[in-house]
Amino acid sequence: MTTTKAKVVYSPAFTDGAEFQIPTFRLLKQDGKLYKSAKTPDLDKEKALRIYKAMVTTRILDERMLAAQRQGRLSFYMQCTGEEAAVVGSAAALDDGDMIMAQYREQGALAYRGFTIDEFMNQLFGNELDYGKGRQMPVHYGSKVLNYMTISSPLATQIPQATGYAYGQKLAGQGECTITYFGEGAASEGDFHAALNMAAVHRVPVIFLCRNNGYAISTPAAEQFAADGVAPRAYGYKMDVIRVDGNDVLAMYEATRAARRLAVEHNRPVLIEAMSYRLAAHSSSDDPSGYRSKDEEAAWREKDPILRMRLWLESKQWWTEEDEKQFQEDMRREVLETMKRAQKRSPPPLETLITDVYDEAPPMLAEQFEKLKAHIRRYPDEYPKSARHVKGGV
Amino acid sequence: MTTMNMLQAINNALDTAMSADERVLCFGEDVGVFGGVFRATSNLQQKYGKSRCFNTPLVEQGIIGFANGLAAQGSVPVAEIQFADYIFPAFDQIVNESAKYRYRSGNLFNVGGLTIRAPYGGGIAGGLYHSQSPEAYFAHTPGLKIVVPRNPHQAKGLLLAAIHDPNPVLFFEPKRLYRASVGDVPDEDYRLPLGEAEITKEGTDVTVLGWGAQMEVIDQAVERAEKEGISCEVIDLRSILPWDVEAVAKSVLKTGRLVITHEAPLTGGFAGEIAATIQARCFLYLESPIARVTGIDTPFPLVLEKEHLPNHLKVYEAIRESVEF
Repeated sequence: MTTTKAKVVYSPAFTDGAEFQIPTFRLLKQDGKLYKSAKTPDLDKEKALRIYKAMVTTRILDERMLAAQRQGRLSFYMQCTGEEAAVVGSAAALDDGDMIMAQYREQGALAYRGFTIDEFMNQLFGNELDYGKGRQMPVHYGSKVLNYMTISSPLATQIPQATGYAYGQKLAGQGECTITYFGEGAASEGDFHAALNMAAVHRVPVIFLCRNNGYAISTPAAEQFAADGVAPRAYGYKMDVIRVDGNDVLAMYEATRAARRLAVEHNRPVLIEAMSYRLAAHSSSDDPSGYRSKDEEAAWREKDPILRMRLWLESKQWWTEEDEKQFQEDMRREVLETMKRAQKRSPPPLETLITDVYDEAPPMLAEQFEKLKAHIRRYPDEYPKSARHVKGGV
Repeated sequence: MTTMNMLQAINNALDTAMSADERVLCFGEDVGVFGGVFRATSNLQQKYGKSRCFNTPLVEQGIIGFANGLAAQGSVPVAEIQFADYIFPAFDQIVNESAKYRYRSGNLFNVGGLTIRAPYGGGIAGGLYHSQSPEAYFAHTPGLKIVVPRNPHQAKGLLLAAIHDPNPVLFFEPKRLYRASVGDVPDEDYRLPLGEAEITKEGTDVTVLGWGAQMEVIDQAVERAEKEGISCEVIDLRSILPWDVEAVAKSVLKTGRLVITHEAPLTGGFAGEIAATIQARCFLYLESPIARVTGIDTPFPLVLEKEHLPNHLKVYEAIRESVEF
């Protein structure tokens, strides 16, 4: 009773929160026209095309790299297909100085920030130009200059980190914020609750963007939580929340822009739940035919976010069929050529096995490395990736 | 120089770091106006404000996740876990995140600014959940540094070194000595080296090795052994990870005998790692098997904690057995 101002009742009164209905924000119809009472966001042609191109680039990259995985050229891949608007639309609403801490399916945000196809490929193939030095599985991108935190496989760990990162930004006073992306499955992890609660208590400029894409690998959202999505949890933390049609790029952009204002200008963390659908498999190792129907997938394919934006751009006369054809052609060619180049590059040098564990390798590790090199020198044919780095006598 | 107990020395180290660099932040459960349940952060909020020294909600995984993010951003967080026994909800953030941040990003990002402080160890009638020594769990994780001080002077110098070290550091504080250990502490900023053991007493017959609160136990055991004419060399390991193999090997090459003691249970304890490494380094010089004097393989007891703990009598017995082998 010491912390609530609520009124007192004298018989047991339960509530299940059903009186709170969180609406879905939407601007764009599937035919590319705005809803009647919807207002066009403040979005100029240049920015709109940058968003669109990042979405199409992501789609093409995903299609080509999944094919490359199927051909055995790549060990693993994860597609963003169906969720491009949720990811790119939100990322576009940020400043370039804002930090992005993503889960693993947000390559669209990175494409929007300007990560080149070459940079994507170097990571995917783990070659000597990969910033991550070939240490992580494909799609674990990171970029210091683009303020995109290197991806980590454990789910939801990035969410409380985003709260901490944004707290540091608040103290630094540069007017920057952090956005963190995660799926509705990851939102079941304890880290999610820790992060949102701490952000609300400490008034941290962070945007939590939940991509509710319906599935955590095979587990449908209905088996993930009993509530109406993830959004209602924000009430428990006293946090601003908005639910958005994740396939509506204009709504995603507008909602995230407003969220950023709340975060940066008022130190109010925000939860955005983007309602979408993971059209692709969870990863190249997954086969959705075992847990969902073709009809369900087909129904969502009808709501393609890229087509929806393209129709809007065409209605504004900012994009033509010819532009589309040309861009797709150019991008497909670039992806293919860049892939061939990246695949041919050398693996990272052997010393990257022990660097960056600490700022400097401790003596025990240096000693282990010397032993390993001596071993490789004895069996050079068994270690074709690294034998060239240990030339010399045994 | 000021005479301080270990808590005062830790508080003084935090004060020193916070006054020198405004990026240094202290937070954790009850760390704010209350100054922590042991008072290690006393007056820091009053002095540096609520934005730099504050209470967090009661969620260890959140505290360390938050701290990881802050460190990645360029702040210098000193996060307190109220008891080392409660660090396990943060195990994922420490083992999968803190320890791997630099490596997995190819050095694009790191959380080198991170220091995690946690009181550890028994002898305070704390039972299962206020007595554990979890260093060995973390010692199995490349990327972390683990440091344990034995007295106030060491506590300030090692904590300042941990805060300024460009790697994430777990700083386990022997809470039994928080008020019991008193000594002279320099007033200025000074840093003791991480990864380096200290020979606290030279000797010729047997090397006795420990860290943290166990050093006091060793001193008592050695006093008894020396009365019987056994010359003991005493080493405080100070850093569990990375640990100073050279210093220990050098000592054992001289004495031919090694007794290692820690409070944590025997099986999988860090003494096993030391024993394996030293027997490989010093095989032909060993006069007796390397002895481990540790807690027994049970959860930490309450009423019978004296029986459980590797006290000075047990260490003394091991010294004698080693010399008489």
